[in-house]
Amino acid sequence: MSRSPSRTLPLLTTALLAVIAMPAHAQSHGHHDHGHGVTPTPTPTPTPTPTADHAAMDHSTMDHSTMDHSTKDHGHPAPTGVDHSTMDHSKMDHSKMDHGNMDHSSMDHAAMDHGPRAAPREPIPVVTEADRLAAFPAIDHAAMQHAPAIHSMLLINRLEHWDGQHGTGQAWEASGWVGSDINRLWVRSEGERSGGRTEASDLELLYGRSVSPWWDVLVGVKQDMRPADSRTWAALGIQGLAPYKFETSATAYLGEGGQVAATVEVEYELLLTNRLILQPLVEATFSAKDEPRYGNGSGLNTVEAGLRLRYEISRRFAPHVGISHERLFGDTADYHRAGGEPARDTRWVAGVRVWF
Amino acid sequence: MSFPTFPGTGAPPMPSRRLFVQGVGAGGVVASLAAAGLSPRAFAAAGPTLAGAPQVLSGPQAQLTIGESLANFTGRTRPAITVNGSLPAPILRWREGDTVTVRVANALQAHPTSIHWHGILLPSNMDGVPGLSFNGIAPGEAYQYRFTLKQSGTYWYHSHSLFQEQAGLYGALIIDPLAPAPYHFDREHVILLSDWTDMDPGALFRRMKKLAEHDNYYKRTLPDFLRDVRKDGWAAATADRGMWGRMRMTPTDISDINAHTYTYLLNGTAPAGNWTGLFRSGEKVLLRFINGASMTYFDVRIPGLKMTVVAADGQYIHPVSIEEFRISPAETFDVIVEPSGQDAYTIFCQDMGRTGFAAGTLAVRHGLQAPVPARDPRPLLTMGDMGHDMGHGHAMPAHDMAAMHGATMDHSAHGMHGGSGTSSGTAPRHPASETGNPRVDMQSMATAPKLDDPGIGLRDNGRQVLTYGAMHSLFEDPDGREPGREVELHLTGHMEKFSWSFDGTPFASAEPLRLNYGERMRIVLVNDTMMQHPIHLHGVWSDLENADGQFQLRKHTIDMPPGTRRSYRVRADALGRWAYHCHLLYHMEAGMMREVRIEE
Repeated sequence: MSRSPSRTLPLLTTALLAVIAMPAHAQSHGHHDHGHGVTPTPTPTPTPTPTADHAAMDHSTMDHSTMDHSTKDHGHPAPTGVDHSTMDHSKMDHSKMDHGNMDHSSMDHAAMDHGPRAAPREPIPVVTEADRLAAFPAIDHAAMQHAPAIHSMLLINRLEHWDGQHGTGQAWEASGWVGSDINRLWVRSEGERSGGRTEASDLELLYGRSVSPWWDVLVGVKQDMRPADSRTWAALGIQGLAPYKFETSATAYLGEGGQVAATVEVEYELLLTNRLILQPLVEATFSAKDEPRYGNGSGLNTVEAGLRLRYEISRRFAPHVGISHERLFGDTADYHRAGGEPARDTRWVAGVRVWF
Repeated sequence: MSFPTFPGTGAPPMPSRRLFVQGVGAGGVVASLAAAGLSPRAFAAAGPTLAGAPQVLSGPQAQLTIGESLANFTGRTRPAITVNGSLPAPILRWREGDTVTVRVANALQAHPTSIHWHGILLPSNMDGVPGLSFNGIAPGEAYQYRFTLKQSGTYWYHSHSLFQEQAGLYGALIIDPLAPAPYHFDREHVILLSDWTDMDPGALFRRMKKLAEHDNYYKRTLPDFLRDVRKDGWAAATADRGMWGRMRMTPTDISDINAHTYTYLLNGTAPAGNWTGLFRSGEKVLLRFINGASMTYFDVRIPGLKMTVVAADGQYIHPVSIEEFRISPAETFDVIVEPSGQDAYTIFCQDMGRTGFAAGTLAVRHGLQAPVPARDPRPLLTMGDMGHDMGHGHAMPAHDMAAMHGATMDHSAHGMHGGSGTSSGTAPRHPASETGNPRVDMQSMATAPKLDDPGIGLRDNGRQVLTYGAMHSLFEDPDGREPGREVELHLTGHMEKFSWSFDGTPFASAEPLRLNYGERMRIVLVNDTMMQHPIHLHGVWSDLENADGQFQLRKHTIDMPPGTRRSYRVRADALGRWAYHCHLLYHMEAGMMREVRIEE
């Protein structure tokens, strides 16, 4: 079961002599043999049985620097008779040894049991024609079944009822993707209903490509579908997970009539428990041009801040309640006030988050 | 994906909050779908009929029929894939030196199948990997495997077709040695561990691609943060959260799939079923542990008993006495126990994430049960675990991980930190294919073999825990040559995308790794992920090296904890095309696989 001491002793003597003659060189090879010449220090777990297990020795406390090699005759080590039992390996500190300058080439590995061999101990079988046939049989290209590389997900981040200072209604925000790890087709939609009619809604269709572990670049189109003033936009944006796990997206839009707009949204998930999750979000929209017809001034148009508390009954289904505040800025606010709409609104919301 | 017979998405209509730990007592295969067209409901109504003790097929001729059956491990009757109607598949008992002939018939309705003999040296066309070794076995057809056994020990066999292994197609394979074993035992039991899900495994894979963190209900919360502030101070707590936050990772990601999805089985029996192996007091009992799970690491102990490990992956080692061992998917350990003084002992196998367990009993007669221990506290990954600790302890370094992350890092500045060469943390040189790669969410900064590390959740637990460093083959390097060359591969992945690969290149777009017939070479693996990966090379042995680069342990599956760099020698003496992959089934299917081609 184990190597017998009588067989290994001459070898380990040779090896130990190598330790003495070339303390730096033999370092990596000598370890195996310490177990026979010294009393092993009490070993940490596990306990080897029934023979000493060399790997369990704790060499970490060894300090080779305290070994006195100067009194040894390095040039002519005697083949036998060196008493290693008086050596105190327990204070060896290998860490001070410079391994970078080791030159193993001068070691005589042939004299060691574990030295390299030119030919393998077990000969490599000679290959026959039958071996070749068995090794490379004709294989149908389709024989290997692969798990699908194309996947998809539809997340309805919020589908909710809101109750504001100036009315009630419904709102949604959803996104979905289909594709590979790198290339995905995205759909995004956001919308709001009030008093039984859809006030605002949009649908985006985008091609997204991962450009880094955490960021996708998206390019595509957005279709506004507000009943009165729908228009089509070209979209270019990024989307991903910012440091500290902020779910972030920023998109620039170039619309009909030369308008340039932008939307930035940041979401975070604060875990109260692993199922009760507080989700703050901030969304801001900007326009480059003043467009009274659309009720948009130039600069910052709107900021929406929300705080939703959801409970994940399952990962796929989580109802939530929350509060959302929206404020219009600058000319945008003025245009809306002129139209009889408030420039700010605070709403209570209740809804669900589901994904498929 | 695997079975058209699964209804809908395969998501069980029960809340996922439920932990499927105990399972049902009288669980198992309830019926074989011998006749097509019968609905699962009809079989469920017929009531459970236990398959009983595992079938043992001895002798050099075997007939295996792969079919669909109904199984009930959780209280719900679900489709399973079985061999000869049995889950696990029958124990195959062979003899070293024999030439075995196995006829495998595919009785599945619509899916090709295969059987791979894990860890067995054989010609490539007998290895059972569709697309590399053969064309697979089409429905209604059979394939005749025939090979000569050049080894002995505890092995296993399983499907290599999509997710069939997860659905139940795995079994023990025992090869008795020609020469007597170098240890004595009076009786033996096979202990085959596995993980079962009621879901269609294909649907589970799709779920992982949508929301990989689905089962991680252990993320640190606001109350956890406040507790850490009280304990460690505001600065330390925010520094810690900041580090993880900048990496966009969570230290509770111990396993991708846990007991929120799985029921853990011991010999095809859920804990409530209390699988029992008999002994007589004072006997030496050989337990052949096999981890046939698709995604689960088990930490195994038998309270009250010391275990002497005598073989790893079927190969004899110098005996090591321990109290607990971690077994990665696909590994096998043979241990000897000497139960006496108690009538019953619990074989307790908790998953690495401490969410559930498989369990059985060693007893002097049936019907007994010893106390089942509580699961250990859930471990947290540290930066040290993940190879991000440039110091030597597991203390959190104060530097900014985000700044160290990515291509701009100057590895040479980190250098080596004293100690003896590779046994301390060294800064790996990362392959160029990882740089800027969207599939690579992390790179290790300081890796080490960590052969003496019991691993996360097992350190300082008061028990003697097996390590790779404690295991030494009973024989010297069977080849003996120094490796003529070295190939370094990095294990890479993206947690959120559930994308897994070698060097950032998934299997579908990777070139084969070519070895020259007859050469002795070295493979160096570096784990650049925060997960643990059991890496299996078909066709040839993986001869693990110690920290000094010397032969130490012959294995067929090398476990790679996060933050490790481990090397092993390969003797390319088997011509052909071989699979080389992570043995976490869903990692393999997500791309952590290569073809190794050994050519003249």
